[in-house]
Formats: sequence, C-alpha cells, structure tokens
Amino acid sequence: MEQSIAVQMQHISKRFGAVQANHQVTLEIKRGEILSLLGENGSGKTTLMNMLAGIYYPDSGEIYVNGQKASIRSPKDALALGIGMIHQHYKLVDVFTAAENIVLGLKESLNKRQIIEKIQSICEKYGFQIDPNQKVYNMSVSEKQTLEIVKVLYRGADILILDEPTAVLTPQEAERLFTVIRNMRDDRKAVVIITHKLQEVLSVSDRVAILRKGEYVGTVKTKEATELSLTEMMVGKKVALDITRTQVKQKQLRLQVENLSCYNQEGIKALDNVSFDIYSGEILGVAGISGCGQKELLETVAGLTPPAEGSTITYYPPREQPPKSLIGLSPKKIRQNGIALSFVPEDRLGMGLVGSMGMSDNMMLKNYGQGRPFFTSSKAPKALAEKIRDELEVVTPGISTPVRRLSGGNVQKVLVGREIAAEPTVLMTAYAVRGLDIHTSYTIYHLLDEQKKKGVAVLYVGEDLDVLLALCDRIMVLCAGQVTGIVDAKSTTKEELGLLMTGQRNDTQELSDTCEQDKGNHLQQQTQQDEQKGEVE
Amino acid sequence: MDSIIAWLQAAIAFGTVILFGCMGEILTERSGNLNLGVPGLMYFGGIASLTGVFLYQNAVQAAIQAQIEAFTATGGAAQDWRPTGMFSLLVQQNASASATQYWDANGVLGIVIALVCGFSAAALGGLLYSFITITLRANQNVTGLTLTIFGTGVANFFGGSLVKLSGGVGQISVATTSQAFRTGLPWLSSQGVIGKVLFSYGFLVYAAVILAILLHLFLFKTRKGLNLRAVGENPATADAAGLSITKHKYLATCLGAGITGLGGVYYVMDYIKGTWANDGTIEKLGWLAVALVIFATWKSVHAIWGAYVFGFLYWAYYYVPKVFPFIQLSRKSSELFNMLPYAVTILVLIVVSLRRKKENQGPGSLGLPYFREER
Amino acid sequence: MKKDKQKSVLAKEPLFRLSRRAQMVWYKAWLIRAVALCIALILSALLIYAITKMNPFKVYGTMLKGAFGDSLFVKRAGHLSLNRTAWTTLRDVMTLLCISVGLAPAFKMRFWNCGAEGQVLVGGIATAGIMIYFGGTLPTPLLFACMAGASLLAGAVWGLIPALFKAKWNTNETLFTLMMNYIAIQLTSYFVAMWENPYGSNTVGVINRDTKIGWLPNFFSSGANNDFMWNVIIVSALTIAMFIYLKKSKQGYEIAVVGESENTAKYAGINVKKVIIRTMLLSGAVCGLAGFIAVSGSSHTISTATAGGRGFTAIIVAWLSKFNTFVMAFASLLIVFLETGANEIASQYNFNTYASKMVEGIILFFIIGCEFFIQYKVHLRVKRDTKEVAD
Repeated sequence: MEQSIAVQMQHISKRFGAVQANHQVTLEIKRGEILSLLGENGSGKTTLMNMLAGIYYPDSGEIYVNGQKASIRSPKDALALGIGMIHQHYKLVDVFTAAENIVLGLKESLNKRQIIEKIQSICEKYGFQIDPNQKVYNMSVSEKQTLEIVKVLYRGADILILDEPTAVLTPQEAERLFTVIRNMRDDRKAVVIITHKLQEVLSVSDRVAILRKGEYVGTVKTKEATELSLTEMMVGKKVALDITRTQVKQKQLRLQVENLSCYNQEGIKALDNVSFDIYSGEILGVAGISGCGQKELLETVAGLTPPAEGSTITYYPPREQPPKSLIGLSPKKIRQNGIALSFVPEDRLGMGLVGSMGMSDNMMLKNYGQGRPFFTSSKAPKALAEKIRDELEVVTPGISTPVRRLSGGNVQKVLVGREIAAEPTVLMTAYAVRGLDIHTSYTIYHLLDEQKKKGVAVLYVGEDLDVLLALCDRIMVLCAGQVTGIVDAKSTTKEELGLLMTGQRNDTQELSDTCEQDKGNHLQQQTQQDEQKGEVE
Repeated sequence: MDSIIAWLQAAIAFGTVILFGCMGEILTERSGNLNLGVPGLMYFGGIASLTGVFLYQNAVQAAIQAQIEAFTATGGAAQDWRPTGMFSLLVQQNASASATQYWDANGVLGIVIALVCGFSAAALGGLLYSFITITLRANQNVTGLTLTIFGTGVANFFGGSLVKLSGGVGQISVATTSQAFRTGLPWLSSQGVIGKVLFSYGFLVYAAVILAILLHLFLFKTRKGLNLRAVGENPATADAAGLSITKHKYLATCLGAGITGLGGVYYVMDYIKGTWANDGTIEKLGWLAVALVIFATWKSVHAIWGAYVFGFLYWAYYYVPKVFPFIQLSRKSSELFNMLPYAVTILVLIVVSLRRKKENQGPGSLGLPYFREER
Repeated sequence: MKKDKQKSVLAKEPLFRLSRRAQMVWYKAWLIRAVALCIALILSALLIYAITKMNPFKVYGTMLKGAFGDSLFVKRAGHLSLNRTAWTTLRDVMTLLCISVGLAPAFKMRFWNCGAEGQVLVGGIATAGIMIYFGGTLPTPLLFACMAGASLLAGAVWGLIPALFKAKWNTNETLFTLMMNYIAIQLTSYFVAMWENPYGSNTVGVINRDTKIGWLPNFFSSGANNDFMWNVIIVSALTIAMFIYLKKSKQGYEIAVVGESENTAKYAGINVKKVIIRTMLLSGAVCGLAGFIAVSGSSHTISTATAGGRGFTAIIVAWLSKFNTFVMAFASLLIVFLETGANEIASQYNFNTYASKMVEGIILFFIIGCEFFIQYKVHLRVKRDTKEVAD
C-alpha cells in the first residue's frame, strides 16, 4: 500500500515564557498509518500537536498539509484541513446532548433526524456505541471519549490526533479503542497517538516518532523497535530502573484504615470499604486507573473529605503512645493533635501551594498559625525556603518569586521539600512525579526512600507500574473505589497488577462482579472478549 | 377593581422596562460575559433616543415655521399652508387648535429615530465593554461598573443640559413622538377590563414579549443559538469546534447591549412620557434587570412573567392601600414596602443557589475571560 | 527569521497574536499606567473643550483651582494651613479611601463585595441615630465611641448577611451585595422620613446645627473653619493598619490563601467559611465606619446621597490598586481631584455635576484597559513583500 504524506512539520519551535516547549521539531504524518508520538511527560508532544490543531501558533517553522503550506491559526483552520484532535481533557459542553456536541460549530441545518442518522452510520462503520440524546454530564469517561472521536469523524477529519487516549481507560476499553483506530487506519486515515506508554506504542502503531525535552529525536518503524531501544531514545541514555529500595528491619504499625467509605460531590460512592495498614519504614504503593478513588483515599485520610459512617482510621504514634482516631478531624485538628501527617497532593498549584505567593510564603502554609500571636513570622519560612532551594536545587529567580512562574519540576521540589521538612511520621504522595523529567523524578524517589529509612510510613500513589514495582514494599490496587488486592512488590508482576486494576481478583470472582456494578457512572467496561469483538464488527 | 386594573397596568409597564434590560443581559450572559453595565446601557439608550427625537422634532418644527413664514409672506393665510413634496412625509397634523401647533413632526418617524438612536448608542456602549473585556481581557465586573458610572454621567449630563446645549430655546418637547409611542391598540384597548389590562399599552410592550419569545427560540432551537450557548458554557470547546469566540462574544454583547438600551428608550419615551429626570430611577431599574436574569434562570420566556411580578411588587407600596383599604401606609412604611423587589431578588438568588439542577445554573464560563494559549 | 520564497496565499500568519508576559519590571508597568492616564486626561480635556469651547490647556488649570484653591496653603492665625477648598477635597479623598480600604480584604479574598454603598449608608444611619437620640445625654468621648461603634456594627451586619449565604450555599455575592445596596437605600429613606426636620422637607437637615454635638471637632483649635483633620487621622490610621493586616497578619495570610484557591485553604487547614464570614464582617465594618466619617465628619446629616455612588467608585479603586492600600490613597486622590475639578468647570458653565462622572468613566476605562499591555505581549505580523503574494 502506497502511503501518501498527510502532514509535514518542519523546524517547529514554540516557547512559553521561560519554557522552550518545542525546538526545531520536524515530523511527518502519513495516511493509512498509525504514528505514535512518544516522549516523557513534558517532552512537548501535546504542544506540538496543539499547533497542528490550531490551539497554539508556532513561533517559527512551517507546516505543510497535503503538500501545501498551511497556516493553522485556529481549530477552524485545522478542521478545514481535515485535522481533528481528541484532547486529553475532553472538549465537550456538559449541559448539551451528544448530538448537540457533535454538530456544534457546523454550518448545516439543525435537522435532528438527519444528524442522528449520520451519527449512527459513523458508529456502525467503526464500531462505536453512542446515545445521541444523552446529556454529557450523565456520561462515563469512555463514553465521552467515544463522543469526541465521533465528533471529529462527523466533521470529516482524516487526520486524527489522540492525546493520551488510554490514560483513563481500562485495558479492555483501551483494546477496544485500538481496534477502532486500526479500522480508521484501514480506511486510509492518518492517526497520531500521543503517549508515553511503551506497551501501547508497540502494540498499536506502525511508526514511532520520539521527542525528548521538546526536541525531535527520531522516527523508527515499530517492527524494528523494542521497549529498550525506545526507552533509550526517549530518555537519552540507557536507564535501568535502578531505584533504591532500602529494607528497613524495624517496622511498626503506624496507620490502620478499616472499612473506609466516602462519597464524592456528586453523591457517588468513591471509596467502598477500603481497609489497609501502613507500617513505619515502608512504602505502600497505590496502583489503579486514574479516578478509582486514589484522590478520595488520600483526602479522607488527610481530613479534607469526611468519611462515611462506619469508617475507622487509627493512627499509632511512635514510642508506644496510645492510638488516636483520625475520623472527624480537620487538617488543623490533626496537626494540633501532634500527628505529623504530610501530604503531597496531585494538584500542586491548586491545592498544595499558593501559586501567587513566593517559596518563602508557601513554606508557612501549614504552620502559619504557630509562633507569635496575630502576626506571621517571616524569618523561619525564609530560612526554610533557602534551605530547600539549596538542598533540592530549586531553580528560581528568588524565594519571593511567585511559585506559579516556576517550572513543573521546581514546583514539585518546593512542595515535597516543605512536606518533608515538617518531619512527618506519615507521608502521602499523589502522582509525585507526574510531569517531571527523569532527573527530578529520581530525586523524588530518592527522597521518599530516605524518608522510609528514617522510619516514615509512606503512601505512594503512582501511575507507572515499573516504578511502583521498583520503589514500593507493598502495592495496594484500587478499582472503582475498592481494594482489589494488596500484593508484595518484590514478588508480583505487572500482569498481575494489570489484572487487579481491571477488577479481576483471582481469589474471589464474586467481589469483582460487585466492583463492576458499583462503577456506575465512573467507568464502563466489558470484561468479555467475545462481546467486544462483536461490537467492533 | 379599578385600582387592581391600574396596579396590573403599572406592573406591566414597569415590567417592560426591565424586560428589555433583562433580555439584553440574557443574550450577553449566554456568551459568557457578565455585563454589570446594564444601568449605564439603559441610560445610553434613554438619552440617545431623547436627544435624537428632540433634535429631529426641533428641526422639523423650525422648517415648518420657516415655510409658513415664507407662505404668509407671499400673502397666504397661515392656516391654509400645506406641506408639499417630500416634506409632507416629515410632518403630521395635530388635533390641537393653535396654528403653529397644528403641524408637527411625524410621530412614526420619531419612533424610528428613537429606536435607532437608543439601540445604536447602547450597542456602542456594548462595543466599548466588549473591547475592554474581550480584546483587552480586563475584569468584567470592574469594566461593567465603570460603564454604569460612565453611562450615568453621560446621560444625566446631557439630559440636564440638552436644552442649553442645543441653543437654549424652549424646553424638551418630544410630546408628539412620545404620544406615538404610547398609542394603544385602537379598538381592543377600549374593550372592558381585558382591553384595559391587555391592550392599552404602547407597541413596545408587545414587542418586548414577542422579542422574549423569539430570543428563546433563537437560543434553544437554532444552530446559531446552540453555538452561542456553547461559547458561554465552555469557550475552549466551542473554540476547538471551530467557532470564533471573539466574534460570538462581541456580537452577543453588542446586540444584547442594544436590546438593553431599548429598555431605556421605553422608559424615557413611554413610561415617563418623553421627559427626563435626573433621579437615578434608571439605575435602580438596571440593577433590577440584572436581578431578573437570575430570577428567570437565564431563560427569556421566564423573564416575561418575572418582569411583571417585579413590576407588581414595585408598585405594591402605592396600590396596596388602595386595594386593601384596611392597610394604610405612612410615607415611612411605604419606603419599606419599596424594598420588596430587591428582597424578592435576594430570595431568588438564595433559592437558585440551593437548587442543583445543571440547566438552571448560569452559563459555565460566566464572568471569565478566554485566552486560547493560556496554560 | 528565515524567509521562505514559496509562499502560497494559504500561508498567511494572523495579523497579530498574543502571549502572556513573564513579568514586567515594575517601572515599565507604572510607565504604561502613566501613559494611559495621560491619554485619558488629554481626551477628557478635548471632551470638555467640545462641550464648553474652553481652552483645553486651561481645563486642568481650572480643575486644579477647583480642587485645591488658588494657593494651597493660607496663613491663618499665625500658622500655615490648607485652604478651605483643599480641605474639602481632602475630606472627600478620605471618605473614598476609607471605603476602598474597607473593600480591600474582601477583594483580596476574591469576594466581590459590591455592597459598599449600602454598608456606608447603614453606618451613616447608625451614626445619625445616635447623634439624634443621645446627642444631649452622653459625655462627648462616650458619644463618639458609641457613634463609631454603632456604625462599625451596622456595616458589619450588612456585610455579614451575604457572607453567611456565600459561606453556606455559595450564593452569588456580586448580585446579593448589589441588592443589599437598594435595601439600604430604602432603609435610609425610611429613617429620613422618620427624622424629617423641619417637617415636610423630606430631609433630616443638619443634625445638632447649633450645638454641634456629635460633629468631629476641629483639630487645629485656632482655625475657625473646619479642618477635617480628624478624618485624615482616622483614615490614615486605617490605611496603614489595613496594609499591615493584609501583609503581615495571620488573618491576612488566610485571606490571601482563600482568595487564591479554596482547595489550598482547606488543605492548609483553614476554615474557609469562617474566613469568609470574618473578612466580610471586617470589610462591612470599615465601610460602615466610612458612613460615620461621612455623617459625623463631613455632612452632619443623613440622606440617600450620603454614600453618593462612592461605594461603586471604591470598588474600582480597590481593584485597580491590587489591594495595596497606599496605591488606593493615590487613586482616591486622583478620582476626587477629577470629580471636584470637573464639577468646578460644570458650575462655571452652568452644567450639572454629572460631568464629573463622565470624565471619571473615561479615565477608569483607560486605566482598566492598559493593564492588558502589562500582562500581555502583542506580536505584530512581520511585514512581508506584497508583490510575492499571488492571486
């Protein structure tokens, strides 16, 4: 099959303030082919594709679409050229129906029947399932994604860009998505998948283009690539995951969680009878597809979200002091009770730090109440900020520069630095390395291991299974708010974790069934392979 | 009974002023712009229509005088003078007996001038607001409040100085046009209670109701309305769908401002019969119009009855003692009665915040600026 | 930039595009603001010229004279003092500044307190009430304490009501506080009708005209005219105190965190509801005190015009000053100067005083708009050779 070139990007550069997101990137996208755009978090993949989709405009460089030089000033221009992008954060209007979202912005008349017929014909062709009259706020994540893809196809796009499409899907949903993508390739469409998951790259794509720190590294045929060769290109040097996992001899029970349940803002049960315990001197990993209750778990323990009745969270202080219950305690109360609980939340600038304040002012976020009455003290936070800046090599113009202006890695260093400086006995981290470069990630892993050595009980919520396996002592897997298993990190495998993440428990099939029912709006999935094939055809 | 009819009539007339203001603001807010300049825009509309009509009527009067003088100079009697040619389109006969007053400017043309002036002046105000908030991305609340200050200043300055500015003769007399504005439906308005309550108003009362229904159909049944709502709900999504956020916001805000301005036109030309008063009533009405948007949960069809309810409450202090003779209000307590519409609005605000239904909340991006390359 | 020779019509860059600036050096930012202010002043002068045919160069001279008198200082009873006009201007600056300072904590918390107008009025009512009912019975220091206390309390209550609903049900505070203004205006009308003096005038008249009980006294005892020094002292103290409160106190820190992100506040263990309520109590109380200053320290009467739209102007002053109370002092001075100056011109030409609002609007539009050039950078399209463009 002859492959015509759909898009050529030449010497594209883009800068955001101090950050060079893309530098002289050159890339070719072909028809009848699935191209993976591979790179670490923050390597500029999304920025590059956003310039193709008209969200950003390149600072320099040229784009050719179908051999013609193109200036893509807006998403409208992109669509006119047949380029459609499915963003990681879905661009849907919540209060509209599926059909309204699909036809949004088009010129043709609002003939409901015609629209629905056309939607159905697209669904049949590629194997989607969608209810045109359903409101988006009633949809599950994977339904929303399907809607996004149908929307782009409805507009006649033949160059499709999918940004991290599997981040929120179960492996089964992801596999179904890949089948659809393959169907589109066979229909001579050009497909680009932005991802940092090697497994996906190898299984679905024809070619792989790699970006590293905003620069183009190269393109290889998937057939000729291996996980190792791709990793090398991605990170620039051979890295075995040599994360240190210190073995701590003396372990003490530090935190015991039993039958923990909680409801989220929509009134849906986000945690369902979660029970586990953490010991001092260990890292307990938490794995799971995102949105399965990780956020709620940490926030409930930290006292930000009230737990449902019947839950117990018990803290066992060091040195044999009597245990304390954390139920009903606000973050402030927890601190006042002398419980050193540190928490590195997922949303760094929206929760962990105050973006408009400098490092120095951020240092006192949790302990500004101490010291002299009424007035805050400025000396101690300043000294701490300077210490963290020097020890963790935070790059900042000054400790009073708003932390919002720092790069992602430096923001995280400030946050982790502050939480560790509080000398915690329990340290909880949520996606602590998301968006960070390899070097900073390793700094964080190292810091966590150091904490473990000091006897801190660490709860590590992570995405990368390889890291979880290398860093943690035990791994707890969450699926739709339930614990599907707590396994020993040294003896388990990625496959086992993957199965647990989809709610398949080897021991008790019954429980996994309940798990699926409870997912309700959150995730829709089918475990039966047959059914899945039937749908695709 | 008569008092009840009068009360209803007052309520409907009053309601029409804020209904226009509210519809304009609904259109604006549907695009995601919270324009707190409504009072200023109503001022713009009012003063521009008054100025336009005033200048027009003065000019026509002067022309009539000149022609009559020329006619009498050639020996004709003043009462025999008749307009000729194109000029006859500009004038109309008056019922009054005086010779110079017998001929006057054409009221229908006056209506057109009032509407065009009022609408475009307010739309220009909307354009100013749009430029500052959309293109220059300034804070919408602050810009809106400034627009209100500016509009209040401009309108009351010219309203108070119009006569002086135009050369210092006579007084503001736009009675002919105002009369044309206030003409009720010819036969129907005299048909008993129903005629009085339903058909005794000037045409703008009916125009407001029709416009409210059309606006609803536009927003919820047409593609352009769908697009506009998407812009207000989630501009990033609308942008990705190829809609121009800037264009939609500009258009909706300017058109909305124009419609809001019609509220001022109705107030000046019909409600207070073609006069001007620097008493700050328009400002009060403007804020009530903003409140009505929430009361109507951003739907113009609900605004129709909402506006009349507001009018009913607004006039309660005056009509309650008439309808219920056993309740007598001192001047003090009638001031307290005047709080009713505002108190009710606060009540509605609270109720809306208690309701969690998605469709009843305001547009998702209301009050927020949009910058595509934000990150 | 590399020039490409094979351009097609399709390949056209947008005319201009924007990017966010990292951070502008402070003097450049102030330069931009100064330029905007100058353009606005020139435009206003031209507008005044268009209406009055007054020499545009003389406009600001007249305005200066209207605001500060012929010579700023006059010799009175052996020592130098400000002249009467300048004192009046200063008095108005202080009232506006006091309201702006009151709004500062609310705005820093991103709570749109548009209800200053009403808070000033209820503060004024409370002050006037005490002046009327307790004027003759209480010793002077206690009387002033009661008046100030009552105005603080009344303003605080007026701020508290919307804050409670905001904290509990997240009720839209912008519109709530706006409506509270009108309830306060009606309430004022109610009390004006109650305290009417003389009967039938529909005004309260000057309270304690003869005894001057409850009037803020002259500070310089030798001066015969009102010097309004107490107004200056009270408001200056408030301005400094509020600056320190917001910058250095724990409560100020909490306000800043809540304003930035409620999630962060919860994470830090801050009781967001408590902070909202406490801050609005403070904000309303200071605005209420402005009512005390307006009644006891300047007009000695109460009417619906006691606040006179300053509650709205103060919103813009507070916002534009980025919650810095010292910048507010400067902004208040500027606005009051424009108002008084424009009024001077209006009265010379027999126009009404709304002219000042018009000028004020123009200037504010420019200052609001110029922030754009501080926050964003505009990239214009690079000029290209037009001959190359094919048809």
